[in-house]
Amino acid sequence: MATAIEVNCATGEVTERELTAAEIAQREADAAAYAIAKAAEEAAAAAAATAKASAQAKLAALGLTAAEIAAL
Amino acid sequence: MANTYIQIGSTVTVGSGGAATIDFTSIPATYTDLVVKISGRTTEAANFTTLSLTFNGNTSANYSRKMIQGYNSSVASSGGSSETSLNLGYINGNNSTASTFGNMEVYVPNYTSANNKSVSIDAAQEINQATQAVLWLNAGLWAQTTAINQITLTPAGGNLAQYSTATLYGILKS
Repeated sequence: MATAIEVNCATGEVTERELTAAEIAQREADAAAYAIAKAAEEAAAAAAATAKASAQAKLAALGLTAAEIAAL
Repeated sequence: MANTYIQIGSTVTVGSGGAATIDFTSIPATYTDLVVKISGRTTEAANFTTLSLTFNGNTSANYSRKMIQGYNSSVASSGGSSETSLNLGYINGNNSTASTFGNMEVYVPNYTSANNKSVSIDAAQEINQATQAVLWLNAGLWAQTTAINQITLTPAGGNLAQYSTATLYGILKS
């Protein structure tokens, strides 16, 4: 069972308790949203890398050297 | 300029069973700023996982952020708005080298003001490599005007692993 550690800053008391049903539901929703966002970020990064490689290949085909491409 | 650090409550050190969240409640309104120091690792089977923060238990779409992320020689930026928590940056996952952690500092100025709250975060991971490093620099916003009295830390995946720590400080103006 997942637990929460709570520090009551007014009393200094530290308690560890099981998550409530609402907290578990929120946690599951957050995890689902995170998975979607992470997949989107990875897809965007892969697309950017593909576009960069394509652009570099086209520049090379035009006669630019690797140093010239890197300097852009 | 604030110049005094006073620890509020106890440092939380996660035990062997892990923890889904670390929650600082009933934060007194007697300081100028707040600082949270975190050393975190999760049980998720990944190299890293983001750690999120909410204020006052608020999980409505009131959080925005703009961040710069560096990984070895690569630098990227990203952002978000109307999010339900504030993404602080990476902490280490269970696939990373044993006993390594992601470390970060969250600075919350004027946490009792009647304005929307801005936050700065810097984070670096221990990645145990010879030539690489990971960092996050992050500006966050909580679009609420109520005083902050609660800070909750939650990893996006898994539980906070044993020996993760979090410490809250109050800052007083000089």
